[in-house]
Amino acid sequence: MRLSSAFRESELARNIAGNIAKATTRRWNIMEFCGTHTVAIFRHGLKAMLPGYINLVSGPGCPVCVTSRNDIDRILYLADLPGTIVATYGDMMKVPGSGMSLSDKRALGADVRVVYSIMDAVGIARANPPARVIFNAVGFETTAPSTAAVVRGACSEGIDNFHILSLHKVTPPVVTALLDGGTEVDGFLCPGHVCSIIGSRPLEPVAAGYKKPCVIAGFEPADVLQGILMLVRQLEEARSEVEIEYSRGVRPEGNTNALAVMDEVFCRVPAEWRGIGEVDGTGLKLREEFAAFDAERFIDREIVSEPDPPGCQCGEVLRGEIVPTDCALFGSACNPENPVGPCMVSSEGSCATYYQYAEKTRRQYEDKTGR
Amino acid sequence: MCLAIPALIKEKDGTRAKADVGGAMREISLEIIDRPAEVGDYVLVHAGFAIHKLEEKEALETLELMRKVFGQ
Repeated sequence: MRLSSAFRESELARNIAGNIAKATTRRWNIMEFCGTHTVAIFRHGLKAMLPGYINLVSGPGCPVCVTSRNDIDRILYLADLPGTIVATYGDMMKVPGSGMSLSDKRALGADVRVVYSIMDAVGIARANPPARVIFNAVGFETTAPSTAAVVRGACSEGIDNFHILSLHKVTPPVVTALLDGGTEVDGFLCPGHVCSIIGSRPLEPVAAGYKKPCVIAGFEPADVLQGILMLVRQLEEARSEVEIEYSRGVRPEGNTNALAVMDEVFCRVPAEWRGIGEVDGTGLKLREEFAAFDAERFIDREIVSEPDPPGCQCGEVLRGEIVPTDCALFGSACNPENPVGPCMVSSEGSCATYYQYAEKTRRQYEDKTGR
Repeated sequence: MCLAIPALIKEKDGTRAKADVGGAMREISLEIIDRPAEVGDYVLVHAGFAIHKLEEKEALETLELMRKVFGQ
């Protein structure tokens, strides 16, 4: 959209940053829940534009990173079944389970294919009977409605060799779970595209019950900064509301069409979040009438997973307790080439983002100083 | 993974559409969009699905707000 570029103008960003500095009188800890926000903050160098006492903390908003080791092991188990093709979003390829990743499985001969959309996965199923095609369905509310629509479509079309392993998660209850667990933040910068689907109302309990202001923000530099400004204003005025900065992408009621198909196809179950534990009502399981599409039924034994590797602090990173560079493995034993934990794998994992942009900063410094 | 990008609808046939996504033509689904969208409309696309119809007016209002705040 030609208007998008207006939200990237550096003068506009500088002006908003100036307003943040004027509005801030003390230190505030703000969690950007969403990995896409973390990437935007680093890519556009927004931290450097903020006053030092605005402390941005990354949260558990990367669906790849919060997928439990056991869930990875379950998809790896399915990839080994004879006559099976696993279709997956590319982000999931290198996430290690107990030892291996989907990428390793493929190198060993399993049929694992990267798709851009779940529609491509259905296409593979149509083109390859009798092979069993299993889609590794990962993602938050932005992604889950598309899975629901496709399962409903495959059901009415009678495609019987297409299945999904639903690792989808819904996000608002995990925000309150974090606060219950003792995460110390003053307010939340909330994800624009998740809220395009769910709207602003599911965040009301965070603002009203926990007295933590929430601002739903877009992903252009001016959006992120304006979202922070709105949060700072709420905090300074001791208000705690849900506000929408990203009004061109989010309406208070959300996308009722997408919510309806999600509800038609999925029911809510407890789900395991890496680093956080089991959170009630955050998992999406196919309803009974769509059970034929559930790949769970091919898992005929208990999958036991190894504990997380020693030293890996993805859990603390996901809870916002430490920043990635505080982890002893960061950049040494754990790097994007050889990730130990999922936060270093996903392009939107906070460790990968810190690594990529810290490396860039270091190189720029070296070039400038000739070191 | 939760990024959706603006796309311009070029052709439409029921819930299927072809859209210009950052210069590339892609087939997208309009099945779960929030408001009806037609050829010439901008939509937010995530993983092949349009999830939201964009209105230029709303974008302009936000920009105006951002600039107004600056002028205070």
